[in-house]
Amino acid sequence: MARRRKSSSPSSGTLEQLLSAKEIVICCGSGGVGKTTTAAALGAMAATHLGGKVLVVTVDPARRLANALGLESFGNVETRVPPEAFTAAGVDPQGELWAAMLDTKQSWDDLVKRHAPDAETRDAILANPLYTNITGRFVQSHDYIAMERLYEIHASGEYDLVIVDTPPTRNAIDFLEAPERMADFFSSRLLRWLTVPYRSRLVNVATKPFYKVADTILGSAFLQDIAEFFMLFQTMYDGFVERARSVQRTLEDKRTTFVVVSTLESAPVREAEFFIDALEAESFHLGAVVLNKVLPKYLLDTKAAKSAKAMSADPAAVTARLPSDIGEAADVARVLEEVGNSFLNFRVVAARESEQRKELAAQPEVIASVPYFDSDIFDLAGLLRLGDQIWN
Amino acid sequence: MIPLLDRKLLFVTGKGGVGKSTVAAAIGALAADHGKRTLVCEVDAKGNLADFFEAGETRFEPTEVAKNVFAMSMNTEESLKEYLSLQLKLPLVARIGPLARTFDFVANAAPGVKEILTVGKLAFEVRERNYDLVVVDASASGHIVGQLAAPDAIKDLVQVGLVRDQTGWMMDILGDPAQTGVVIVAAPEEMPVQETIELAGRLRDETVVDLAGVVVNRVLPELFNRNEEALFDELRSDEMVDTLTEATGGPARPVLDAADLAVTMRRSRAGHLTRLREELPDGLPLLYVPYLFQRSHGVRATKRIAQYIGEELGY
Repeated sequence: MARRRKSSSPSSGTLEQLLSAKEIVICCGSGGVGKTTTAAALGAMAATHLGGKVLVVTVDPARRLANALGLESFGNVETRVPPEAFTAAGVDPQGELWAAMLDTKQSWDDLVKRHAPDAETRDAILANPLYTNITGRFVQSHDYIAMERLYEIHASGEYDLVIVDTPPTRNAIDFLEAPERMADFFSSRLLRWLTVPYRSRLVNVATKPFYKVADTILGSAFLQDIAEFFMLFQTMYDGFVERARSVQRTLEDKRTTFVVVSTLESAPVREAEFFIDALEAESFHLGAVVLNKVLPKYLLDTKAAKSAKAMSADPAAVTARLPSDIGEAADVARVLEEVGNSFLNFRVVAARESEQRKELAAQPEVIASVPYFDSDIFDLAGLLRLGDQIWN
Repeated sequence: MIPLLDRKLLFVTGKGGVGKSTVAAAIGALAADHGKRTLVCEVDAKGNLADFFEAGETRFEPTEVAKNVFAMSMNTEESLKEYLSLQLKLPLVARIGPLARTFDFVANAAPGVKEILTVGKLAFEVRERNYDLVVVDASASGHIVGQLAAPDAIKDLVQVGLVRDQTGWMMDILGDPAQTGVVIVAAPEEMPVQETIELAGRLRDETVVDLAGVVVNRVLPELFNRNEEALFDELRSDEMVDTLTEATGGPARPVLDAADLAVTMRRSRAGHLTRLREELPDGLPLLYVPYLFQRSHGVRATKRIAQYIGEELGY
């Protein structure tokens, strides 16, 4: 079980306050909890009520989200959500809402173009087969590039508030450590060691067995590909490591906050707890916990439960008290029994979730719940409706 | 279609949060119940596979967590060591030292190495017939294609060497539908359905592995038929609610509201299910597992889901 931290302050703040005070909001949590939608809803609310230029950066958004923002689609380049989309939703926003998607490959290419010492190196890197593979498929590269992109956008000074939806990671804290790991990686002794034989014909006697084993396993041609790739990358070393450190500093900065999104199901809650602990361990700022798909409170009402039990236990007796013209007694009884059972079933879930909520609620300054919505969110009005639930 | 449990290697994947690990554990438990010596392997080291059997923490070395069920956690470094000692017949301590220290490099920098060590270990267990069935609590849908395509990808990158030599037999096992299949776990919600449809397409286009079935988890019960729904609407009038409140000794409004919510949830999910059925290949088994109100986690949930999957498979 996760370690529990003593709450320094009760859950008294609001997301409105939090977003007014911060410049970067990072939404995290396990997959399927409504992270992207929450990020978009927060962006829409901030643009509407706080004003300024607000950017939402998402990872692989559903087309529905693009449509919800009044856009056909959006890519790596930031796109403004048309003001008409707000008008259609019946609001007059004080600020502007922008959206961008994280295109990992494109972002890596941009990074290389920026840091390569000359055109020749740049082209060699971009053409290296390993480069394509690593940037496209190497999972950790997504984590890093998300944080890198965030840093770049923030440093551009173009936006008052940037809200980021984090990529799905194997391990929720991977991306927090990504900048550090990336810096370590490129400055590692091992890396230099490995590239030695390709930089010089002199192979140290001590390292020979290693190359022999590596050669046997991977083949020397492949090793050479790797070495070439990293030698090229090393030309960007200084800029790159400095950059990774800046990204790290931005994440730790007071103007950055983390919003953990979860549902109250057991697996996402576990993940959220784990994440909250990780944030604390790394001294990042936990701003809020947003709970999605929370079942209505009335399920916990014991008097209502009494009514449900009566319907479930003896539906015929309850039916007998109703006017007889409503329908066949057997049909009415069956409906009442289903109604009673359904309440009692969902009551079990609601009770379990309410316990989970207590555990999570001890942590952040802000805790906000979003009820179950009848339908999927398909427009800006829907996002704002969700936003209204958590704003203050 | 080759029946699910007759295969030798099942990769269970799905969008995060749909109950992928529970379903993987349940398939393992079901196979074991039918007398199969089963290995359940957790690929992402989250360490919660043990929860589904109420067993101690799983390690790389499999442990028997229930009758006929063995559980392990994938660890690519251990996998590499095992591979080296089996294949290279190297005096371990002497030679692996520097390699182990550079493992992170080898695994992270050389694309596909981690994946191939994972898939390789699993395929190895199949090839050696150590188990009747290997069930993999695999990576989430975002990463599974990369993992399954790794042997193919690495063949293109690595022209010679032992790793390349190993890809052939792995591909043979992965590409044989009689042996290997992927099970996608979905929930009847928009994004999981969308990802399932996309993943089915990518598996077909980018890997050699056969899609063996889709498990639809957390299906809500249908409360009413059409006639009953009309009755239900009548019962929700103010007058009826008052009568019901009196008859049941508690406020009836929230009880009816809860049923209405359940009907609404079921209805929006039914739409997603229809789409799933329509867009998946004809003849692909879809196994429905109802929403578990009482327990969603732990050995009890595993058992119940195993039971439902068993019923769906006709056992």
